[in-house]
Amino acid sequence: MNARKLRYAARALSLCGIFVLSGCSYLPVLAPRGPIGVADKATILTSIALMLIVAIPVFVLTAFVVWRYRASRKATYTPDWSHSGRLEIVVWVVPAIIVVALGGLVWSTTHRISPYKAIASTAKPLPIDVVALDWRWLFIYPDQHIASVNKLVIPAGVPVSFRITSNTVMSSFFIPRLGSQIYAMPGMRTKLHLLADAPGTYVGRNYQFSGAGYASMHFQTIATTPADFATWVQHMRDGHQALDPAVWRQLEKPVRGGPVISYSSVQPGLFDRIINKFMTAKAMPAKPHA
Amino acid sequence: MLGNLTLAAIPYDNPIVMGAVAFTLIGGAVVVGGITWLGKWGYLWSEWLTSVDHKRIGAMYIILALIALLRGFSDAIMMRAQQALAEGAAHGYLPPYHYDQVFTAHGTIMIFFMAMPFLVGLMNIAVPLQIGARDVAFPFLNSVSLWLTAVSFGLVMLSLGVGDFSHAGWTGYPPLSELRFSPGPGVDYWIWAIQLSGLGTLMTGINFVVTIIRMRAPGMTLMRMPVFTWSALCTSALIVLAFPVLTVTLAMLTLDRYLGTHFFTAAGGGDLMMYVNMFWVWGHPEVYILVLPAFGVFSEVVATFSSKRLFGYTAMIYATVSITLLSFIVWMHHFFTMGASATVNSAFSIATMVIGVPTGVKLFTWLFTMYRGRLRFTTPMLWTVGFIVTFTIGGMSGVVLAMPPADFVLHNSEWLIAHFHNMLIPGALFGYFAGYSYWFPKVFGFQLNETWGKRAFWSWLVGFYVAFIPLYVLGLMGMPRRMWHYNNPSWQPWLIVAGFGAVLVLIGILCQLIQLAVSIRDHAKTRDLSGDLWDGRTLEWSIASPPPVYNFARIPVVYDRDAFIDMKQTGTAYVRPDEYFDIHMPRNTGVGFIMGMCTFVFGFAMIWHIWWMAIVGALAIGSCIIARAWDDDVDYYIPAAEVARTEAARFRALASAADAERAVADNFRMRPLPELVD
Repeated sequence: MNARKLRYAARALSLCGIFVLSGCSYLPVLAPRGPIGVADKATILTSIALMLIVAIPVFVLTAFVVWRYRASRKATYTPDWSHSGRLEIVVWVVPAIIVVALGGLVWSTTHRISPYKAIASTAKPLPIDVVALDWRWLFIYPDQHIASVNKLVIPAGVPVSFRITSNTVMSSFFIPRLGSQIYAMPGMRTKLHLLADAPGTYVGRNYQFSGAGYASMHFQTIATTPADFATWVQHMRDGHQALDPAVWRQLEKPVRGGPVISYSSVQPGLFDRIINKFMTAKAMPAKPHA
Repeated sequence: MLGNLTLAAIPYDNPIVMGAVAFTLIGGAVVVGGITWLGKWGYLWSEWLTSVDHKRIGAMYIILALIALLRGFSDAIMMRAQQALAEGAAHGYLPPYHYDQVFTAHGTIMIFFMAMPFLVGLMNIAVPLQIGARDVAFPFLNSVSLWLTAVSFGLVMLSLGVGDFSHAGWTGYPPLSELRFSPGPGVDYWIWAIQLSGLGTLMTGINFVVTIIRMRAPGMTLMRMPVFTWSALCTSALIVLAFPVLTVTLAMLTLDRYLGTHFFTAAGGGDLMMYVNMFWVWGHPEVYILVLPAFGVFSEVVATFSSKRLFGYTAMIYATVSITLLSFIVWMHHFFTMGASATVNSAFSIATMVIGVPTGVKLFTWLFTMYRGRLRFTTPMLWTVGFIVTFTIGGMSGVVLAMPPADFVLHNSEWLIAHFHNMLIPGALFGYFAGYSYWFPKVFGFQLNETWGKRAFWSWLVGFYVAFIPLYVLGLMGMPRRMWHYNNPSWQPWLIVAGFGAVLVLIGILCQLIQLAVSIRDHAKTRDLSGDLWDGRTLEWSIASPPPVYNFARIPVVYDRDAFIDMKQTGTAYVRPDEYFDIHMPRNTGVGFIMGMCTFVFGFAMIWHIWWMAIVGALAIGSCIIARAWDDDVDYYIPAAEVARTEAARFRALASAADAERAVADNFRMRPLPELVD
């Protein structure tokens, strides 16, 4: 084996190693960075493991009967054997037991990590309002009175409490490495609670097809230390761009993706007005109520 | 005068669309030219287009399904090519609006115009023969159903060259599918194509429920019905219960788009979540409408080619019926992410997993049927074994999706795409292909080429894995569905592999086309003289291939589940009856075909808002119904003497099959043909 071949082999091995060990950002869904994502991942792996109790016998039995009973082999042949009480009990009861086990798991996990349920933490949750636009994301920080487009900054270790709606068609708000998505719907408010364990940058996406700009509708989620978050908020407030009605009317117009935009202030109540405008027959113009 | 229709509706400037139009037109011209050259227009009209014979209608349904398969697959390979290319700076060859139409058309065509006609075609061919009937309960209605479905597919094809098709996905979620976000004719094409074919499907459902309940041969109790007929009964019941929901949902969306109502608009108090619920109240039973007949085919195929009674018939029937009932209480698992409470989500999740139990029972039942059998690996049997293994994988990935916490990270991802293709390709399509090669010799009297059939199977099977396993990985990599373009280099290798898988499937489809051509070329050599090519177990194998128009000269009496095996064992299978009687049959009529054409005009006029034409079309449809209602000449009698002549020819063929060399069937036959009892 010459040196070149060795080099290739080493490279191939190291690629496999990266795939198996770091796994991390390569399969984001299986490399969560928050408690919700961890629970989601555990559910996937547990259910696959339990299902293998049925699936492996199916594979083995298929291989066995196909090989053993092919006509040319002239194995035992019982043309009229068509019933066995014992076997029937097994084929009904074993899958039923698995479903009972999975059902228990579903009930407890679904309740434990319900998107609507606050995450237990000593830190006070940070509220963020999310608005799906055509085709970008608006993040409003109601307590900080700032807003940002296509860039979500959150403090790591602090639960984030999202309120989510859409200014346009149905969309879905999802940051794969933090876990759990939820729909953004016009005239509706959905909720989602997430927490990032560690600082890092995680991509977020729209997961519900929403028209021509859908593929560009992604954003960066930047989890920082709480101190850095405070610095960022201050930096935002020092900006000069306010999200006022005129700016909002521009923001509503369809754009595919588009740049990150920072707003140093937001007109209060914008999120609720975006929801409520669908309650009247005519879509309400985005003027603030006096 | 022409509503919204102008010359601008024809996309001259789009070379890809125009290429597809040209391809379709050339294909159509070849068919029309061929028929003219052979001088077969009269034959086509009198023997096929106007036919009310369930076997002919079944065959036409399957021809429609195969054409739709070609169109739907073209869309699939376009998507795979686009996604293999469009990473980063590359944008592939399709702009987003076109790509969106392609995936919408792919889903719509594969569900409504490939899968539905295929399964309805198989039901048409097999059910009356399996229950010992001479036709379905309402033969004329059957013809109307066929033509409604066919012209609806015509509307979808027309949208290629005139206007465009919906870009809102095959599920058409509002408000994206509402006028504000989809002002063009695309969504209207989608609405009317589904709505009109849905009416045809509903009538089919009614037809088969009545046929199976009322027209079984004496002695065939419900628990002696062949399993395929049972699955057809369950599917028909599901159609009757579920399709009206789709009809109403689409009608409400139509009102929103045409009359400015606010059922689903979000604005004006409309509720888009209601659409999503109603769509899936139909949509989940629809999955079982597609899958159950395929399960029925697998049951027939496994028993026949294992030369063994089906294991656990009763369990199989209970499993089928419980799937039928459960299919109505799981619809919410299509949108766990819409914000329902944890309790509601858990309830629907558990109901979903419960369906896994009867499905698992079915898998084991097929395996125990093969256990201690004499397995003959013909093409239908290969599709079945390929299904068992592949479907199990899809079932596992489905249980994962059924759990809300897992669904929260996999919903709308490529995992979902992989999952439902992993259910519907083996679970429905492989079953239809098995049924196609299983019953083809029954309908046409000659066999499909086995060599090309096996090549097709292996290409499809390997192609399936290569095309869809990468999508599972992509789902875990965080790739959403329906992306015309992406900025993630690590996805691209997997998408290229998936594209290669689609090419393998293409080879499979080409093998199937070659199989059909080769089989027709060789048909003189592969005639099925016995009518019982596979050593069959049920009544359809007791008559000639192709069956005479009346199917059964004398209605058989059934004493056993495997009615024909029972006849062969007791020596009554080939006994010549003492006498024949006149047979009462429905007369062919062109009214169904004409109604279909009028419906096409009506649908086209509604799509383009050409109101006068819509009124003319609707009046024409009404006139057809009235004319038909006043027509008393709808039936005729085949004289006993003619029946006797036909049956004499049948017995001569049987004798030559038995005496000579049993040429075609010998490879497969376990038992020799019994001596004729004259």
